[in-house]
Amino acid sequence: MRTLLAAFAATTILAGAAQATTVYPLDRATILAGSPFDFKVELNKQVKPEDVKITVNGQDYKTVLGGEAQFVELEKGKDDKALGSAILLRGLKISAPGDYKIEVAAGDETKSVTWNVYETAAQPKAKNIIFLLGDGLSVAHRTAARIMSKGMTEGKANGRLNMDDLDRMAFIGTSATNAVATDSANTMSAYMTGHKTAVNAIGVYADRTPASLDDPRVETFAEAVRRLTKKAIGIVATAEVEDATPAAVVSHTRNRGDKADIVGMLLDVKPEVLLGGGSAYFLGKEVPGSKRKDNQDYIKLFQDAGYKLATDKNELAANASAEGNLLGLFHTGNMDVTLDREFLKKGTVDKFPNQPGLVAMTKVALDRLSKNPDGFYLMVEGSSIDKMSHPLDWDRAVIETIEFDQAIGVARDFQKAHPDTLIVVTGDHTHGVSIIGTVDDEKPGTEMREKVGTYAEAGFPNYKDENGDGYPDKIDVSRRLFLSANNGPDHYETFRPKLDGPFVPAVQNEKKEYVANEQYKDVPGAVFVQGNLPKSSESGVHAVDDVVLQSAGPGAEGFHGYLEQSDVYRVLADAFALGAKQTN
Amino acid sequence: METVSSLHLSRRRLIGAAIMLPLTASLVRAADSSLAFGELYGKFGVLGLEFSDKVKRLAGQDISMKGFMAPPLKAEAQFFVLTEVPMSLCPFCSSDADWPDNIVVVYLLEKQTFVQSRQTIEVRGTLEYGSWTDPDTGFVSLLRIRQAEYFAV
Ligand SMILES: [Zn+2]
Repeated sequence: MRTLLAAFAATTILAGAAQATTVYPLDRATILAGSPFDFKVELNKQVKPEDVKITVNGQDYKTVLGGEAQFVELEKGKDDKALGSAILLRGLKISAPGDYKIEVAAGDETKSVTWNVYETAAQPKAKNIIFLLGDGLSVAHRTAARIMSKGMTEGKANGRLNMDDLDRMAFIGTSATNAVATDSANTMSAYMTGHKTAVNAIGVYADRTPASLDDPRVETFAEAVRRLTKKAIGIVATAEVEDATPAAVVSHTRNRGDKADIVGMLLDVKPEVLLGGGSAYFLGKEVPGSKRKDNQDYIKLFQDAGYKLATDKNELAANASAEGNLLGLFHTGNMDVTLDREFLKKGTVDKFPNQPGLVAMTKVALDRLSKNPDGFYLMVEGSSIDKMSHPLDWDRAVIETIEFDQAIGVARDFQKAHPDTLIVVTGDHTHGVSIIGTVDDEKPGTEMREKVGTYAEAGFPNYKDENGDGYPDKIDVSRRLFLSANNGPDHYETFRPKLDGPFVPAVQNEKKEYVANEQYKDVPGAVFVQGNLPKSSESGVHAVDDVVLQSAGPGAEGFHGYLEQSDVYRVLADAFALGAKQTN
Repeated sequence: METVSSLHLSRRRLIGAAIMLPLTASLVRAADSSLAFGELYGKFGVLGLEFSDKVKRLAGQDISMKGFMAPPLKAEAQFFVLTEVPMSLCPFCSSDADWPDNIVVVYLLEKQTFVQSRQTIEVRGTLEYGSWTDPDTGFVSLLRIRQAEYFAV
């Protein structure tokens, strides 16, 4: 139902934006030489095919683009609204690098765009790529993770995170084609295709028609790896495997909510390793817990395609060094976060008590993928940094960041033994969160806000890690880091970790407005925080701030200065020489 | 006890609201046929959940269940989703939040305009389980209360 609403909203926005003639790929698109993509022109008026003239660098498009486009006399929007004619050419490839100026004339409509087709290094720089994405990973998350995990003495950190030692860096701009703000779908899609797209879209340009599966496609990195190499592909996430970030490794849809379809797209590409949550979309609708609307049994379809199945920690461990493809599904939905899974046993841990964590999944994925003599591409997502930041549950988000960093440690160990491996660590967007000091229970009085220490009053937090597992032994210590959001719905700030389960800051009232969840009202010292987002917002939102990308290994020198998230793809493609003529 | 919606009071509810004693009696009688969210499934697993023996035993019978009304898809509809906790619609991202597993779809005796409430409600009606696709919305449900009515408690 929520998906339906989201799809409806997206369609409305698109219909409103369809003022000018649009050409996909958009102006200034960068395209990997030889990589297939769909070409689409959306005209505002209904025209006759003979009225349309398209040239590429001054020549008739058919000679340059190598095919005749399909003419769609009239595209229709919602409620059969007439949108105008369209021209569509699917799966074309341009192999010669250079600038391509596309000029469209139809009646009184004209439009011109220029694409840049680029080639890559002739020889691969790296045999393997491990791409680690911390969903929502912001600077505050990593600072907090470092302090909570390693401690700090007299202002110097007592230790370093694994991500701290990745030597090549860039700032990444994450905006979408339709908004300054982004979501995981758009950014991961840009990382994985080299093309920016719209919020909620994956592996496509977002066109104007309501259907979400027919939008102009661009090739994903995993598909390019499949097309050109014999490398293995791995996807690991703590979210549902059909959630936006893992989905964007292989999928194509205007609507990230098309999860049932995305499972089919995962099966089409057949990553050698696929680990995470989200089994509800693998089960036929007759099975309690299923979220499908059909009776397709994707567990069986994957097994028929040669996959071994693991459903808990033990089955995953037993599969660590087996041969063949591996499907590991450990939850019907998103997996529980580390704080609940390993320490508090809250959330849904009673129902799924034996879930592996990101570290175990990353190890097994590397064990299996590294058997491939041709190398591999592995994507690892620390999914719940974001999922816990939306509800302003900073303790859970930071513990997720520590887990993500430990998965980076596994990747770094692998890199030590296999120096031909490129490691990329980044986020897809940030959250509006900062650390401003500490909360000290020992400060006098009962008012919790009087216990907030800033500047010299902050001192240092007193987390301990006596068992050396990298996690603080306790998160509700007497002097805690104080993280605060710069945006959110009305909510109660309790100044304390949420030990009973993830924070639910706001709930909807009868006017469909989100109001502070009164469940936290009576927590001693809780204060009401007036929201600064529209009352339709149920949680904090993504920030538009740049993301920090860090990298190490062969090819990492491609990351420097400022890059658009779509530029990241080019560095990855270059590391594997995916745009070189000799690999074609 | 008061009714949540005063717009379309069913005959049964009018009787119940008007005469307090029989209503109290019916509540007592309903105690063994009341179903809690924690009692829906006997088994959880990655490869599917299994309905509890209690759900299987009560199928086809009149039951009562307490919960919260999730914000309905349309202002006027004949069904709504009953959830265990007040549904904060999207604890996560814009379009990636799903309904939780522990929901029950409630089909009302008649179409009515909803008044969404954060108040606990009690739903009474006939329990039904098994996959069923709503012909109007395509919404697939596995657990339903049909011929239902609801009260604020
Ligand atoms: Zn998010």
